[in-house]
Amino acid sequence: MRLAWKELIRRPARFLSTGGALTLIVVLLLLLGGLLDGLTLSATGAYGAQTADLLVYTDEANGSLFRSRIDPDVRAQLEDVEGVHTVSGIGAVLLPARIAGSPDPTDVAVFGYEAPNAQVPAPPAGGEAYVDRTLADAGLALGEIFAVGPAAVELRAKDWVDDTSFLAQAGVWADGATWREVLAANRPDAVLPDGTWQALLVEAEGDVDAGELASRIEAATPGLDPQTRAQAILGLPGVEAQQGTFTNIIVMTFVIAGLVVALFFALLTLERVGLFGVLKAIGTSSRTLAGGLVVQAVAIAVGAFVVGGLVTIGLTPVVPPDVPIELVPRRAIVTALGLVVTALIGSAVSFRRIVRIDPASAVGGS
Amino acid sequence: MPALDMTDVRKVYGSGHTEVVALDHASLTVADDEMVALVGPSGSGKTTLLSIVGGLLAPSEGAVRVGPHEITTYDRKELTTFRREFVGFVFQGANLVPFLSAKENLLVVADIAGRTGKQAEQRATLLLEELGLGDRMGNTPGELSGGERQRVAIGRALMNEPELVLFDEPTSALDTKLGEQVMELIRAEVKERGTAAIIVTHDTRMTHFADRTVEISDGRLAA
Repeated sequence: MRLAWKELIRRPARFLSTGGALTLIVVLLLLLGGLLDGLTLSATGAYGAQTADLLVYTDEANGSLFRSRIDPDVRAQLEDVEGVHTVSGIGAVLLPARIAGSPDPTDVAVFGYEAPNAQVPAPPAGGEAYVDRTLADAGLALGEIFAVGPAAVELRAKDWVDDTSFLAQAGVWADGATWREVLAANRPDAVLPDGTWQALLVEAEGDVDAGELASRIEAATPGLDPQTRAQAILGLPGVEAQQGTFTNIIVMTFVIAGLVVALFFALLTLERVGLFGVLKAIGTSSRTLAGGLVVQAVAIAVGAFVVGGLVTIGLTPVVPPDVPIELVPRRAIVTALGLVVTALIGSAVSFRRIVRIDPASAVGGS
Repeated sequence: MPALDMTDVRKVYGSGHTEVVALDHASLTVADDEMVALVGPSGSGKTTLLSIVGGLLAPSEGAVRVGPHEITTYDRKELTTFRREFVGFVFQGANLVPFLSAKENLLVVADIAGRTGKQAEQRATLLLEELGLGDRMGNTPGELSGGERQRVAIGRALMNEPELVLFDEPTSALDTKLGEQVMELIRAEVKERGTAAIIVTHDTRMTHFADRTVEISDGRLAA
């Protein structure tokens, strides 16, 4: 192992080509992952911010907030289900907003809600709204009034909230009455009476399992479709397809990284057959030689991740602002681990060749 | 107990029409401080004999005992340990690790045996000084002459105080004068330590450095 490490330090040039290729792959992986996370966040941030265990739609809504409506009687039935701790209403409408000083309208998702979540505090006073920070880019300032929808319902920006976009539109969070006013003025066909919400957020009691509670709700209140937060997020239009597509591209990129490592170490092993033969002849085990290969592969992968990570961080500011790249630590950790595992598998391809090197080949050669 | 006791060893490659007998009922005994030169033409079986004695190759028949080690009964793992602990090899053309210094090339042997530390460092330094390489310890093989490389290889072979040292054509890449110097050095080092040695060579001018010369022809040994 020490021998492998010394070779890496003293002959860095011979590992440069593979290290360089892996660095570019790391940049690609981080940018792809960042893009996926950014797109997912902009589509699902409002759901991701919820702390409730279940999001309950009506059956016929088929997982769409806009097609669902739950009246107070059904809500009362739901509240009586064993294991339900709290129930709160939520609804949304997608509208254009006019911001002073901005020539073009900005698309927003106006939410009406009853209970605070991880990102948004308890509902503000009537006529006010918590607004997603992305609206600052559109020129909105705190305390400023902006007009929502064709009917230009005025709302005052009370405070910023982060990561609450919905279907790539900035989240605007108002109390139930204000939201109903916005609906009535701009979407008279979709207006809801007091007490009726598009969906309900349900928190389970104590350690009641969310899946178990969903089954109980389905049994007690036919016509409702309770979904876990993860199910609700995947049910949003395009999210599952988007995640599937990006995940496949990322997995393929990892496969290419593995092939790069495998090919490089296969060639390197071929080049070192003579040296490995001598080392085996003087008593080095195949296991030690293979261990050296692993040390080199992992070191190259880690080095490539560090350099690639720095390059990606350096590149992010020059990415156009309308490309939603989100660099998150979890993605970086997954990429680093994936790369190390890929390097291990790639280097393992040469193990068989190492085992087959005959120590007797060291004798009698020139 | 002799350093080497090889009895009735046969080594056959292939089978049927393609069968080649590389060693044919060869028996050889080397005393524990004896230096034996093994001479013979190309293809006579020198390399096969050296490989079998060094635990690199298994014989088809016969028994090989190195000191107390009956190596013909050893499996691959035991042979690796045997080579690491009890035999020293000097290969044709030195075969040093190119990116390590002379001293580190010696320390590789201690490293793979798990004997790193100050003691190994001191032994490597002492050996290189004895071999006249005190001021070349930090040089890599590329920075050393052919004779110096071969001396480093001798140091590597002696690093773990082996019971038997096997030399494979140690002077083939050197001119006569340098070859004689290396042979003198080999004799001095081996005799000083009371270690047994077998030197495979086709250069009969070098055989007088050995205590005894054994000839091999068509896989058969003749004293």
